[in-house]
Amino acid sequence: MAELTYRQAVAAALAQEMARDDRVVLLGEDVASGGVFKTTGGLRERFGADRVWDTPISEQAIAGAAMGAAMAGLRPVAEIMFADFYATCWDQVANEIAKVRYMTGGQVSLPLVLRGANGSGGLGFGSQHGQSVENWAMTVPGLKIASPAGPAEAFGLLAAAIRDDDPVVVFEHKALYGRKEAMPDTGPDGEHVLPLGQARTVRAGRDVTLVGLSITVGTCLAAADELAAEGIEAEVIDLRTLVPLDAAAVLSSVARTGRLVVAEENPGQLGWGASIAAIAAQEAFGDLAAPVTRVSGGNVPLPVAASLEAEVDVSVSRIAGAVRGVLGASRPLSSTG
Amino acid sequence: MTVDADGAVTAPGTPAGLDRPPGPRTETIQLLTPEGERVEHPDYPLELTDDEIKDLYRDLVLVRRIDTEAIALQRQGELGIWASLLGQEAAQVGSGRALGPRDMAFPTYREHGVAWCRGLDPTRLLELFRGVSHGGWDPAAHKFHLYTIVIGSQTLHATGYAMGIQRDGAVGEDGEAAIVYFGDGATSQGDVNEAFIWASVFNAPIVFFCQNNQWAISEPLERQSRIPLYKRASGFGFPGLRVDGNDVLACLAVTRKAMQAAREGQGPTLIEAFTYRMGAHTTTDDPTRYRLASELQAWKLKDPIERVKAYLVRTGAADAAFLEGVDAEADDLGGRVRQACLEMPDPQPLAIFENVYAGPNALLDAEREQYAAYLDSFTGEEAR
Ligand SMILES: Cc1ncc(C[n+]2csc(CCOP(=O)(O)OP(=O)(O)O)c2C)c(N)n1
Ligand SMILES: [Mg+2]
Repeated sequence: MAELTYRQAVAAALAQEMARDDRVVLLGEDVASGGVFKTTGGLRERFGADRVWDTPISEQAIAGAAMGAAMAGLRPVAEIMFADFYATCWDQVANEIAKVRYMTGGQVSLPLVLRGANGSGGLGFGSQHGQSVENWAMTVPGLKIASPAGPAEAFGLLAAAIRDDDPVVVFEHKALYGRKEAMPDTGPDGEHVLPLGQARTVRAGRDVTLVGLSITVGTCLAAADELAAEGIEAEVIDLRTLVPLDAAAVLSSVARTGRLVVAEENPGQLGWGASIAAIAAQEAFGDLAAPVTRVSGGNVPLPVAASLEAEVDVSVSRIAGAVRGVLGASRPLSSTG
Repeated sequence: MTVDADGAVTAPGTPAGLDRPPGPRTETIQLLTPEGERVEHPDYPLELTDDEIKDLYRDLVLVRRIDTEAIALQRQGELGIWASLLGQEAAQVGSGRALGPRDMAFPTYREHGVAWCRGLDPTRLLELFRGVSHGGWDPAAHKFHLYTIVIGSQTLHATGYAMGIQRDGAVGEDGEAAIVYFGDGATSQGDVNEAFIWASVFNAPIVFFCQNNQWAISEPLERQSRIPLYKRASGFGFPGLRVDGNDVLACLAVTRKAMQAAREGQGPTLIEAFTYRMGAHTTTDDPTRYRLASELQAWKLKDPIERVKAYLVRTGAADAAFLEGVDAEADDLGGRVRQACLEMPDPQPLAIFENVYAGPNALLDAEREQYAAYLDSFTGEEAR
């Protein structure tokens, strides 16, 4: 497959799934003209107004109607323009959509996707448009959560989310939309789909495990490059999805490296990294040569000024610094000798 | 299927066609025609001196100049983004000048003209769009809340504020009221509809000022409503009216009357200012992707500034010296805004930790201390 930008990959995944299954419909604000982040370009022209719905500006209705449409047999993909605006439809997402299967005793499935632009990444969107909010969704069992780190992930995870029979919240990173990469070779059917719940090892290394998600995967990789120059070999894992969570991938890496640094873009307080750290502390205690360390966004509302945002966001130097700290604090391990 | 006598909906599936000129029963209040002809309206008598009309003209020109300068600054990379008010000057200046010093206004992100009327220095607005602050002015000092970008939220804030006025007993002959600004697109938000209900049942002293500029980013009005927006008010139980949003005199007159009614305890009014967003949604938007140039051309003939100028010139109220004087003042203002923008300092790094909570917080205090020590570890002064 050709090289695609992240935003083109989103549009291509939507096109692939809409062509494959005519129950897949798209709804949201400004999606018909291509979307404000240009992630839905060409879909209205190709699939028609019956399948690409420009909606009134009502997020609660977008989410609620997506649920109803799913109950009626469609597979809706609803766009919430900025992930921050989940706050304007949280009842539908957290109390309704997440609970339907459970409360109906498994009789009703909601095969729907909620997708939107998430995260900060130095774009200066400020406190109400730049947050990283995967952890909001992670507090609500019943939702699956995907957060792609690059174009191939954006394509494959979105396709999988659309095929999934549970509601999946896909967090696209607005600072990655312009990033370009070649799509991986696809199977004989020419389709690109990635399984939900399978982390990927982006870089192998023996000294420390770096766990990232979405934009922090790239930050971890850059930190790994910097550390390599000092002779430190970091393994980088992209979680890809938070629910289901591929804890086994993290644990097996930690079993080899003995050290874990988790990098998350959201504020540290109750961020998803706390879950990873807790699992490692409980399951891999014997493997750990040093305390698990978290690098996260600040515990403050996201500033709008570029200079301040850069300090609040996770950076290469903060990750590299954490790794150096972890290596300095390491005790000898009998197992790793 | 019929919805009302306006024939807004004739048959199932028929688009409402709200871009048609309003039908005979959709009355638009107008006091100054696009040609600059003064017309009277029985319910909205307006006595203004020539000097008062000249002041309004000056406001309109200066506000447009701020907008033009801000767009240029954005194009030159000095602002991150700008939401232009081009075409909406009359709606904003007319309504803004109808407010009393104790009335409270709740804006969206586009209300630069109202900000001007509230005495806010335009450079304060630029701080937000340059991305050095979230909008640092004191809302209480200017009786002008921060810009709200999350669509519709401010209608509920304004409703609650109006209920506060009511509880304080500040309703009556010499009362206060709130005014909230929002767009046509915002009328689809739950918040806005809930604000209508609350304001209605609590008889809150509030004016809902909707600038129907025909577009919500790329979505035309018919994606939000099949009936004229002002007609929604009757379903909620309070009066609604449509005013020519490009007519500064009419906007002033209807807002004055609605605010006075609210202050006196007669409850809310919905004003639909029928206008047009002549520019892009914001500087990141390209409207040629979704709308026709002919539409813009038609609205240019209804320009809010040209008609006041035509009136002033034809009646002899203003001479060339006055008009040139205003233009020169506008250029000065543009220059001052530009200069202030270029000189805006970046905030200090430790500002990150300020104002997260009212008092001390152990976690943040520790983080601040660590960060300060880190900054101190650089020998040079430049880090702090
Ligand atoms: C809750 C929420 N949803 C979506 C958006 C994205 N958005 C920003 S402006 C806008 C259009 C608003 O249109 P309208 O209310 O007509 O105001 P206008 O921009 O025309 O002044 C949208 C959808 C937002 N800021 N907040
Ligand atoms: Mg609008």
